[in-house]
Amino acid sequence: MGVFTMPSLGADMEAGTLVEWLVAPGDQVKRGDVVAVVETQKGAIEIEIFDEGEVARLDAAVGQKLPVGAPLALIRGAGETAAPAPEAAAEPEAAAPPAEAPEAVAPAAPVEVAKPAPEPAPAASAAFGGVIPASPAARHEARLRGIDLSAVAGSGPGGAVRLADLDRGRPRPAPPAADRGQMLAEMRKAIAAAMSKSKREIPHYYLFHKVDLQAATDWLAAANAQRGPEERLLMGALLLKATAVAAARSKAVNGHYADGFTPSKAVHAGFAVAMRGGGLIAPAIRDADRLSLDETMAAMRDVIARVRAGRLRSSELTDGTITVSSLGENGVGALAGIIYPPQVALVGFGAPAEEPAVVAGQVVPRTMITLSLAGDHRASDGRLGAKFLTDIETLLQDPEAL
Amino acid sequence: MTPDDIRKAFLEELVSIAPDIDPDTLEGDEHLQDDLELDSMDILNLVTALHKRLGVSIAEEDYPRIETPDKAVAYLAQRLGG
Repeated sequence: MGVFTMPSLGADMEAGTLVEWLVAPGDQVKRGDVVAVVETQKGAIEIEIFDEGEVARLDAAVGQKLPVGAPLALIRGAGETAAPAPEAAAEPEAAAPPAEAPEAVAPAAPVEVAKPAPEPAPAASAAFGGVIPASPAARHEARLRGIDLSAVAGSGPGGAVRLADLDRGRPRPAPPAADRGQMLAEMRKAIAAAMSKSKREIPHYYLFHKVDLQAATDWLAAANAQRGPEERLLMGALLLKATAVAAARSKAVNGHYADGFTPSKAVHAGFAVAMRGGGLIAPAIRDADRLSLDETMAAMRDVIARVRAGRLRSSELTDGTITVSSLGENGVGALAGIIYPPQVALVGFGAPAEEPAVVAGQVVPRTMITLSLAGDHRASDGRLGAKFLTDIETLLQDPEAL
Repeated sequence: MTPDDIRKAFLEELVSIAPDIDPDTLEGDEHLQDDLELDSMDILNLVTALHKRLGVSIAEEDYPRIETPDKAVAYLAQRLGG
């Protein structure tokens, strides 16, 4: 038996509120499956499981706020048979708040709380068991399309959501202003805590390097001229890929620092995404050094869409081995970043701009960009950091090879 | 499509990308990036959505021609009419 507990999704997370179970007792789970949704300071996060087996029992009810480490479910491993679960232990907890349950579910769906419920039974049973009744096909499709099942009125038995119901579900509107304000305030607290910890504990050093981005700019414009909007690339994809490839070579900037520095073989690039209205989150794009540019672009699109929809996965918040922060096309020239612990480096890209540059003795207009590195002196020093930034520069001179 | 239809389509796609924008108070001369704070991914998603919806593929060099709602409606009307 394995106990599935409330995970820590960052050094500063203390608790999370369970807003949805995506499995029920009897379901088979394997490593990496998304089994629940938890509301945190960083929004609603899809929680992955790291055990394999059968869900024996759910120990937490939807709506409960639980500290990190609190048991959420019991997983019976393959080969294990008996269900030692004293049902009585789980029962009262789950049964206790049936009256409040619909309200408790609300955070999951800041949306259509007022959906017409001809028969209250489905809603109640959904809240009671913690699972929105839905056909497996609908559940799968909803997950793929990022649709919140609780916001869809089901037409199946007992109000279950069927595949056909999904198309009637409208995209979720923005949360009401008050919720949104509160959400942003919570996120600001999370950012403040993480950044304070970083500045308190990490001896940062900073390097800046101005790089000629003309080759990459020209290549990108030519490539995109041949592509429809769906296939176009953004400069951000080139910057991310170049950083990831360079990070794979400069090992001392890629990894985690706990009791000493542990370099990571894989490069999972945290990609800082600004939230509209304020706030910032840097979900990890896994194996970013090995993705093609098209795959990098697809991963960035996917992550940004899910940041906006508030549906990131737990591993995306914890797996990052280095962070990339890009100020976009119309921002300021350079940034000095703050490392996101337990990582040891952050690469910043200012806004590219056309500037007078000297090429072969002539002053010519070139598109230039300022790279910066915030490095952790416990893991690396400026000499290695400089090599890392010039590696990125070299890679950006040959965009075709990226 | 009338200019009103085009404006409606443009605003719907804009709001689906940035749900906090209120189409009723949006001015026709507000700049997508400077005033509404769309980033390059938002602009690309908007252009992609307009391509799907209206069948107009907007080249990158034409992005300045859709930088405000008014400009975008005029540009799209021209593309759809020609």
